[in-house]
Amino acid sequence: MSAEDRTATAAAIAESVRNGKRLAQDVTTAALARARHVDEKEKLNVFLQRADKQAAEFAGRLGAPLERSAHHPLLGVPFAAKDNIAVTGLQVSCGSRILDGYVSPYTATVIDRLRDAGAVLIGKTNLDEFAMGSSTEFSAFGPTRNPIAPDRVPGGSSGGSAAAVAAGVVPIALGSETGGSVRQPAAFCGIVGVKPTYGRVSRHGLVAFGSSLDQIGVFATTVTDAAMTLRAIAGRDDLDATSADVPVPDYMMAEASSLEGIVVGRPAEYFPAELDARIAALCDRAFDRMRSLGAEVRDVTLPHTAMAIPVYYVVAPAEASSNLARFDGVRYGLRVAGDGLRGMYEATRSRGFGPEVTRRILLGTYVLSAGYYDAYYRKAMQVRTLIAGDFRRVFDSGVHVLFTPTTPTPAFPFGSRSDPYEMYLSDIFTCTANLAGIPAMSQPIGRVDGLPAGGQLMAAHFDEARMFSVASALERGLGAEAHA
Amino acid sequence: MDPGAKAAAAAVTVDDVRHVAMLARLGVSDERARALTRDLNAILEHMAVLARVDTTGIDETAAKADGGMRLRDESAPCVQLASKPEAFAPEMRHGFFIVPRLSSHEDVSA
Repeated sequence: MSAEDRTATAAAIAESVRNGKRLAQDVTTAALARARHVDEKEKLNVFLQRADKQAAEFAGRLGAPLERSAHHPLLGVPFAAKDNIAVTGLQVSCGSRILDGYVSPYTATVIDRLRDAGAVLIGKTNLDEFAMGSSTEFSAFGPTRNPIAPDRVPGGSSGGSAAAVAAGVVPIALGSETGGSVRQPAAFCGIVGVKPTYGRVSRHGLVAFGSSLDQIGVFATTVTDAAMTLRAIAGRDDLDATSADVPVPDYMMAEASSLEGIVVGRPAEYFPAELDARIAALCDRAFDRMRSLGAEVRDVTLPHTAMAIPVYYVVAPAEASSNLARFDGVRYGLRVAGDGLRGMYEATRSRGFGPEVTRRILLGTYVLSAGYYDAYYRKAMQVRTLIAGDFRRVFDSGVHVLFTPTTPTPAFPFGSRSDPYEMYLSDIFTCTANLAGIPAMSQPIGRVDGLPAGGQLMAAHFDEARMFSVASALERGLGAEAHA
Repeated sequence: MDPGAKAAAAAVTVDDVRHVAMLARLGVSDERARALTRDLNAILEHMAVLARVDTTGIDETAAKADGGMRLRDESAPCVQLASKPEAFAPEMRHGFFIVPRLSSHEDVSA
């Protein structure tokens, strides 16, 4: 992209293409050139595959006058997608050797919907293998670097998509969330990341990890772009029986500059004494801004928050151990010869899966195995109900949104989280929303020693409109301070 | 033993890891099994707090969003594939996926 495009929003690009000031082909060509640059020159390792040919052909079709209509809110806007989302004719590796070279024979609904809105897919981005990780260090194809601080991780598991937006390759990108894999990298890279309500977005074409938790999410540089993108992909899809038949409001109408009448909850459990004081101070500043815009800030409690990580790391690996059983060397992907059928299964899966995926499959199989199901899995699911109940009580009490830090620390250096559980704690403020199924988002609220910090908003089920409304007001209230 | 107490008391052994790896169809070396045993014990130690939560009468499937999800008709839409399985399957013949033979009866009962 040109220097101008690197800071251009999706809304601005679409407007310039719609009114004929720019050609979609030119915007696409520039984005692809920028994608090559960040990987070949800056060595960020953002893309696992660029879609040069598909992107050029699609952008060429957008040049026809018939296509340049208001029905395409993202007309000519380049975007990237995490490489666990299927696109016909492109690989879907999930960052794993077991799917290395596998080309998808069908396209995910979210991709079709963004293309229907006029957006142009330019490539597939790096991720922790099968979306299991919080740093993108667990990709079989090498780690992605944080564009803001290349010696540090971009977060994960959707680190490639976050880096693509933060590096100015694309203004919007798709990721996926199971425990915070959009919001955490958004916070680490200084951009906006949204996890919709469970069921809000079709998962047809998303490679499953934890089916009761997974949701496709959105990265953008502004709240408006994130809202536009979610609006384009949300809604019932008959190809995904778990997608909800709930009307999708026009989130663009939710932009607000005043927060009069809004009650913002401050859950005590998300502000522990050991929280980085600098992040706590940035949150306090955000609360002050929201107060000055008319919001009431109310102290609340979510008493089962401390149980979220133990619950998550029982439920998610259990579901993963089941979902990843399909990668067995029979129908697609890697096959490694072994002694008989079982030997082939074991050789294929052992060679194909990396260390973190292996660890989680074993953990998940263990907690589901005879004698341990009740003690671990059933117990975790019951505590999950209590966690969801905490949120329900708070929202039923008149609180409209909750505001918290997105992560306990800014982006950490590569290799600094060698203990698995220490890495898991990166998700401590985010996985609760996945367990409860509520919408949540991260937005920039300032910097700590030059590193971005994110503030998290959470709302009641299907109340993304209110969440965007508050986020939009806070974005305006913070102004340039959000990146300072 | 109460399930919660069992979880708190449980310590994963190398044999447990080998058994679970067999269930998950994962081949692990002895060295890897020992490392995974340490990992799983360290992780599960943090799960012990769950046993202390009173979950009497708590539903285990009630965490989801209310409403909105409906069962679709039996006639689910068919996803058209852009390429046939032969294009991506490791081995196919006459429309069937080909796999190695079971090497012994032990495999059947495992």
